[in-house]
Amino acid sequence: MDLVNLQTDIVFWLVLAWLLPLAAFILELLIGSRFGKYAAVCAIGGIGGSFLCSLIACFLWLQTSVTSESHPESMATHSITEGIASTPGQMPAANHADDVYQFATFEEHPSENDVSSHHEEHDSAGHDSGSEHHEAPELLGMAGFERPLYNFATFGESSLGLSVYVDGLTIAMFVMVSFIATLIHVYAVGYMHDELHEFTDPEVVLSDGNPLTRPGRFPRFFTYFSLFTFSMLGLVIAGNIFQVFIFWELVGLCSYLLIGFYFERKTASTAANKAFIVNRVGDFGFLIGLMILWTSFSSFEFTEIFGQLRGPLDTETHRWGEMHYDQEVHGLILQNTETGAAQMDPETQNPRTVSYYLLVAAGLGIFCGCVGKSAQFPLHTWLPDAMEGPTPVSGLVHSATMVAAGVYLVGRFYPVFTPEVLLVIAYIGGITLMMAATIAIVATDIKRVLAYSTISQLGYMMLALGIGGWVAGLFHLLTHAFFKALLFLCSGSVIHATHTNEMPQMGGLRKKMPATFWTMFAGVIAISGLAIPGVLGFAGFYSKDEILANALAFGKANPQHMILFWLPMIGAAITSFYMFRLLFMTFFGKPRDQHVYDHAHESPPAMWVPLAILAFFSTGAFICWVNPAASAGLDGKVPQILHDALPFVHSNTTVGLSGIQFASSDAVHAVHAQAGTLALIMAVGGAVFAYLFYGVGILNPSDVQRQFSPIHRFLQNSWYFDELYDWLFVHPTHRVARWFSGLDRKGIDWLIDHSASVTVMVSRLNGAFDYKIVDGTVNLVAKLVYRLADWLRVIQTGQLRQYVLFIVVSTIGLFMAIIFIANK
Amino acid sequence: MTPIGLSPYLTVGAVLFVAGVVCMATKRNAVGILMGVELVLNAANLNFVAFNRFGKLGLDGQMFALFVIVLAAAEAAVALAIVLNFYNNHYTIDVDHGEQLHG
Repeated sequence: MDLVNLQTDIVFWLVLAWLLPLAAFILELLIGSRFGKYAAVCAIGGIGGSFLCSLIACFLWLQTSVTSESHPESMATHSITEGIASTPGQMPAANHADDVYQFATFEEHPSENDVSSHHEEHDSAGHDSGSEHHEAPELLGMAGFERPLYNFATFGESSLGLSVYVDGLTIAMFVMVSFIATLIHVYAVGYMHDELHEFTDPEVVLSDGNPLTRPGRFPRFFTYFSLFTFSMLGLVIAGNIFQVFIFWELVGLCSYLLIGFYFERKTASTAANKAFIVNRVGDFGFLIGLMILWTSFSSFEFTEIFGQLRGPLDTETHRWGEMHYDQEVHGLILQNTETGAAQMDPETQNPRTVSYYLLVAAGLGIFCGCVGKSAQFPLHTWLPDAMEGPTPVSGLVHSATMVAAGVYLVGRFYPVFTPEVLLVIAYIGGITLMMAATIAIVATDIKRVLAYSTISQLGYMMLALGIGGWVAGLFHLLTHAFFKALLFLCSGSVIHATHTNEMPQMGGLRKKMPATFWTMFAGVIAISGLAIPGVLGFAGFYSKDEILANALAFGKANPQHMILFWLPMIGAAITSFYMFRLLFMTFFGKPRDQHVYDHAHESPPAMWVPLAILAFFSTGAFICWVNPAASAGLDGKVPQILHDALPFVHSNTTVGLSGIQFASSDAVHAVHAQAGTLALIMAVGGAVFAYLFYGVGILNPSDVQRQFSPIHRFLQNSWYFDELYDWLFVHPTHRVARWFSGLDRKGIDWLIDHSASVTVMVSRLNGAFDYKIVDGTVNLVAKLVYRLADWLRVIQTGQLRQYVLFIVVSTIGLFMAIIFIANK
Repeated sequence: MTPIGLSPYLTVGAVLFVAGVVCMATKRNAVGILMGVELVLNAANLNFVAFNRFGKLGLDGQMFALFVIVLAAAEAAVALAIVLNFYNNHYTIDVDHGEQLHG
């Protein structure tokens, strides 16, 4: 099949997958309230169709794998495309993205003048690649490519619009997001059935003492869900950073709506506000990053920005080049995205450059947005509060959508981050994972434990990305999405059965809810990173191993940053501890609250079937994740796709001022076994401790609590972050607000009051003038006329004969007057 | 016999006029007042005709006289209708009782 057509097909299926939830959303928005139960069918249809389309796109993608001789069909592809490329007329119409990125290995740009020399080079390259196939790793899929969809505006040579960027990461994310979203949609049908009829919310007490009763919001829930998945898929498919920002905000909006779903509850509406406002803080940095990028590159397109920084995409390895730091200009010389030559300013004939510090600022700005979205260390406080939403929302927010967006963007925008920015990312991730893990130890709310574990796992991903473990970080994003969705849905199932979030009230639920217990058990093992080496691995084991291997290799290359290995290593033990603590407290032991226990029941199939599917994927013991036979983790299809989408390989001569050395993949492989063993020991250790504390009760948790009560308080209050922010931002804001309100009342109001009284005085004067002088004159005239008339009425007697006399007398009078005057 | 000049006519007209006015001013009977009006009108007619004969008015005087006669007839008809209505309302034709519109 022609590769260009294949690309078009992939784009078609992906765009279809992207727009199906939108169609569902619009349908639900327009007539959803009349759907009732069928709103869920509409939403599930949309997202399920989206999943199918993503799968089709994924299969098409894998068809293009550049493989060695063992795959004859790819050789056929080779020759066919060569034939097509040699016929200029059949090239796709001018689309610069196509020109730049597509298979220059096989094709020649027809309009180039020096065809002969290039042709030879490429021919030889092509033959070389043929002979080198046994050395070069087999590549799954094609090089990343971009397709414009819609143009908003053109400014000179730059333009702003919607476009699609597709590479292995896009494909993997699409399948993951649509799959998990589909399962959560199905689960939500069971979980939200209370909303189908009139709903009584026991947590909202009205002024008359009764709980609030309101109409159910079942269709509305699925309307938001559809918009949520649409936004997330739009974010993943986006071909430029501006488009990412649009959907970034949409995702934020949807999370706001969903977290505040029970908006009558004060806590829920506050949590929704908090999530939205904290994200705004991050988006502020994002906006600054966008401005710098636009100024420096006059484009938002990924391919444009990466190409200008790193030269054209290497069509052989599907990777971008290195950044070349130029001492003279103290920055980078922008490159032509097609030829890799330096861009010249047409007026001054100097090369166009971008300052290194500006690039660092841009990277930090974009990362700032990711910190907000992915709940990293300074801006993580919104995530635990986001538990106020219904549990399926938490499941979606914590696995496939909202928080994944930040990690995804760091991965997608990776070529722009300088080593300094990456170091910041790594440290933020390290701090986050440690902090959140310690808080999770003492949390008693089952969802809160999971929320902090999410923050912690996101810290792992950020750390992995920061130390150059791009594949490891994003692989963990994918595996984490599965088991975190699973854990949340399980906790939802438990909450659904017990009507409480507090683990101290649960216990012994294993017998009552076997399906939930076993699936949650799988999830706990997966997130703890436990495995029986060589026999059965769980998803988290492989991805976390990979991260730790990267961290160890990085620490060995940069001994001053060794802490970036110890943080995740200790974090692994803590993770395992608090997850098993959750499991033991919820499902084992004696029921702590008999009433809750008696009430508990297994959830309906709509809820536990998605759990079972997710548990199956979380075990990861099949080829989809990792080939168990392979010693060095990266052998499964999924990590392979990610590995082939890796945007570039750090060389040891990296640019940058901090002198960081990124570990090569060989170095990572070398320490993989060591890191893996250590991690496994840590995880087992954590699990054993949890068993001693909460399983058999040899150690008494409350004793430990008393002994370390200051630390316990510190952790229970989440490191006092909320208080700190209250003290740092909220209180000063209140103070400033109070000051301004005083100014308002005493200054501005005084001014207004007094100007008002002056106005009243003037009006009064004016009124007096009107009443006395103007009205007085008019009244006087009227009065005079009245008097005269009153006086004259005496003459009108009504006596006819008198009138005749009057006529006679006055006629005579007239005549006499005339005679008198005439004779004068 | 000396021809009669303008003055006797005017004199007779003036006498008639004064008689009519006095009649109007003194009679309380509505019909009497109407009679007074007729006298006044005919005094005017006499003057018109006299001026036609002796003055420069020419035929216009006669024409006017005719008009006044016609007018007088019409006026008498309307006035008698008013009188009848007056009687219907007051059971009298004493005009002194018709004083409801006094000031």
